[in-house]
Amino acid sequence: MMRIKIVSSIAAGLAMSGFAFGMPAFAQQEGNQQGTQTGEEPLWSQADAYYGTAEMAKAREEVLHEGGAQSTYYVLFNQLEAQSADGRDDLYWNGQAWYGGDINKIWFKTEGKSSLNNGDVEDAELQALYSRAIAPYWNLQAGLRHDFKPDSLDYAVIGVQGLAPYFFEIDVSAFLSTEGNVSARAEIEYDLLLTQRLILQPRIEANLSLQDVPERMLGAGLNNIDAGLRLRYEIKREFAPYIGIEWQGNFGDTKNFIQATGGETDKTVFVAGVRTWF
Amino acid sequence: MINRRNLLQSGVGAGLVLGASGMLPAWARSASEGNLGIPALAGKDFDLSISSFPVRINGKAGMATGINGSVPGPLVRFREGDDISVNVTNMLMEDTSIHWHGLLVPFQMDGVPGIAFPGIKPGETFNYKWNLAQNGTYWYHSHSGLQEQLGHYGPLIIDPKDADPVAYDREYVLVLSDWSFESPHRIFSKLKKAGPTYNYQQRTLGDFFEDVSEKGFGQTLQDRAMWNQMRMSQTDWADVTAATYTYLINGRSTQDNWDAVFAPGERVRLRIINGSAMSIFNFRIPGLAMTVVASDGLNVKPVETDEFQIGVAETYDVIVEPKEARAFAMVAESIDRSGQVVATLAPRKGMRAAPPEMREPVLLTMKDMGMGGMDHGAMSDMPNMDPAPMPGMDGMDHSMMPGMDHSAMPGMEGMDHGAMPGMEHGGMSGMEPMGSMDNLAPGVERGPGVVGIAMNPVNRLDEPGQGLGNVDHRVLRYSQLRSLDRNPDLRAPEREIELHLTSNMERYMWSFDGVRFAHIKEPIKFYKGERLRLTMINDTMMPHPIHLHGMFFDVVNGGNDHKPRKHTIIVKPGEKLSVDISAEHVGDWAFHCHLLYHMHAGMMQVVSVLDEPNPHASPMPDMMKTGGMNMEGMEMEGMDHSKMDHSGMSGMDMPNMNTGENK
Repeated sequence: MMRIKIVSSIAAGLAMSGFAFGMPAFAQQEGNQQGTQTGEEPLWSQADAYYGTAEMAKAREEVLHEGGAQSTYYVLFNQLEAQSADGRDDLYWNGQAWYGGDINKIWFKTEGKSSLNNGDVEDAELQALYSRAIAPYWNLQAGLRHDFKPDSLDYAVIGVQGLAPYFFEIDVSAFLSTEGNVSARAEIEYDLLLTQRLILQPRIEANLSLQDVPERMLGAGLNNIDAGLRLRYEIKREFAPYIGIEWQGNFGDTKNFIQATGGETDKTVFVAGVRTWF
Repeated sequence: MINRRNLLQSGVGAGLVLGASGMLPAWARSASEGNLGIPALAGKDFDLSISSFPVRINGKAGMATGINGSVPGPLVRFREGDDISVNVTNMLMEDTSIHWHGLLVPFQMDGVPGIAFPGIKPGETFNYKWNLAQNGTYWYHSHSGLQEQLGHYGPLIIDPKDADPVAYDREYVLVLSDWSFESPHRIFSKLKKAGPTYNYQQRTLGDFFEDVSEKGFGQTLQDRAMWNQMRMSQTDWADVTAATYTYLINGRSTQDNWDAVFAPGERVRLRIINGSAMSIFNFRIPGLAMTVVASDGLNVKPVETDEFQIGVAETYDVIVEPKEARAFAMVAESIDRSGQVVATLAPRKGMRAAPPEMREPVLLTMKDMGMGGMDHGAMSDMPNMDPAPMPGMDGMDHSMMPGMDHSAMPGMEGMDHGAMPGMEHGGMSGMEPMGSMDNLAPGVERGPGVVGIAMNPVNRLDEPGQGLGNVDHRVLRYSQLRSLDRNPDLRAPEREIELHLTSNMERYMWSFDGVRFAHIKEPIKFYKGERLRLTMINDTMMPHPIHLHGMFFDVVNGGNDHKPRKHTIIVKPGEKLSVDISAEHVGDWAFHCHLLYHMHAGMMQVVSVLDEPNPHASPMPDMMKTGGMNMEGMEMEGMDHSKMDHSGMSGMDMPNMNTGENK
């Protein structure tokens, strides 16, 4: 009963935010259409008398579009790294990409881990979100998440991403799985400039669950924390190799579940990788 | 107006072949190549062709888009009052245009696609025609896409019909510009993705420790906390820097050394034009004083200085009189001091002046954050924070002038908005630009595109160029400029338009009043024949060279009837300044920040000068009666923002403040 209530309220929240957003980013044409709309008065038109309305209308639309309605794309692999601990090597990735205007964007996020010892993919997820700028430094995001591994599972996602005072990058998301489970994730990172190109990045990621999900080895409450320090050198701003260290620990029932199966409940890994964007 | 031509048969084709060698036009060729002055390419008919061609800059090959095969384009020179015809042929695969910067041409000849004309299509020739009653140093450039960044600009001189009041023996044109081997679209998209991407002068941990040893841990932490809490950088001087730019004088880097010759004792006139896409420069010639004789094409009363800041699109004419027979370095340093370009002024051809060492970058101040006067420590130190010692203000109290209308009293605006808001906020808690500050700028649309409103903007016309406060020589201030001629229109402005320059650096959004050009609901409307005051408040952390097409700004700098008249003016961060405008030329005119990527991000508007009855027409006489004020006798200059500068409310002691009441 309790669970159903939460599910329905989150679903309602998603639906409402959907209404507030209107069309998704990719369906929305940012910018002012008044330059061309027939029947509507153009914003200015004194040159039409010299060059004709049709030709001016087209040029008017173009000059308006070029004044802040352009779309941009961005692809970032914040982490693309080998993680090593006790003879076990994994490939870990954490990246995102967006496309759109200043306010509305379509936003993808992916995270996952694959063993470098035997090639097995342990975790892999992809989120497809609609993102809307709601404040100078904050985006509200909503959409879907699909886990490919450990097993196929879908979620609804709602989250907030942005830049907090003191330049902390924040990404907080809540997930509602098709099985009715609610979980959340928070990521915080900071860039500490040692020099103009040598940058130390402390980063914390925490996962939480609202309920026990034994089949996925998740306990209610705080599941795990990854706390890392990565030192990168920006050969170019867009390309920065790094090394680092990360502590990965589990908590509460999550820890108990792992202990029961004889797994590692916490470990420290050494990482080496590249941060790159384009 | 537009006619298609068979290009291959026209003379333009030949020009292109010549251009393919990347040759500089005669006037930009170095003295070492036999150019001792500017060949007067005078005429009435000009053929210009826009194409892409290879260039070699700093020894590296690149592709330019420019005029007649050279970067910069040819000097277009003609005489005031002549009937001029310019055929511009587009040999590109995309549209192009030429805007005649600062020329008061009929608006349909102004060359802004979508506003003044449809643009010039590939293969087409457009014929510009005009006859102008103005003279001086100007320039021309593309107003299409980001072509300016690729080399599509050139100088233009209009020789006076009558005798030139400026005497000189020799003259040179210096076109300052910024060149990148990266595509301008790539640069723009990088700014959208990661704003500080070109900034390699950010504050580091090392700087922190240095500050700690200088100022102590507590003070350092407090300083850093203030900026970081607001997510602002103290090193945000320029979006695009020497990290990608090679700075040029007449198409030459320092290494490529543009050189000019002089004979000792000669009066040499330098016509300096900033044709950059994004770079505001500090210009100086170490060891040589410069006498500024013109700005933005119009003569000013000679003023001697050692350095000046020149915004994108501004021009300054200076006279130098080198006496020693030695090589002088003409230095244009980018405002962020990430790079510079040096050209040589020497007694013989082929000499190379020793470039001065790069100066240390400086940091932005609280004043740049729009909190003028707040950087002196505790609030109690600031006289302007306490209303008590300002008896003059009483006279300005709205409650005492029931009939007073803001729009009718432009000169007074500075009193209640510009100078006072800081007083309402007792503590430093008011630092957060968001929040309860909305009343500061009711005309600004708040949203993700606006990080904040300047809490305490001040007039900075009496300051040297931004960042030049601590150099050990004279630096030109806008407040020093006086028009040589009496201003043509001495009417007091009938109304005031207040405009905020707004941004969100993090998202690289730039706008006027919080609205990007793509989203405007209507243009700014002027009415033919009216005189109005435009007051601009810079809420961003960067200086913006603001340019209005088709009209000059009479800069309200205390110059009475000799205000300097400019087509482009730098509004410093945290500044509130005013210009008076006579709306004479009916038409639609572009109005924008001349930093190319700011304009491209939306910091642009259209000013429509309408030939319609003015709905704002003279509320003045009524108000004079109601308020019992003698507006005729009230010298608006007394209210000048320029006198209300800086932290202290020194302007408050001005006798004129009370004039309204006492007269």
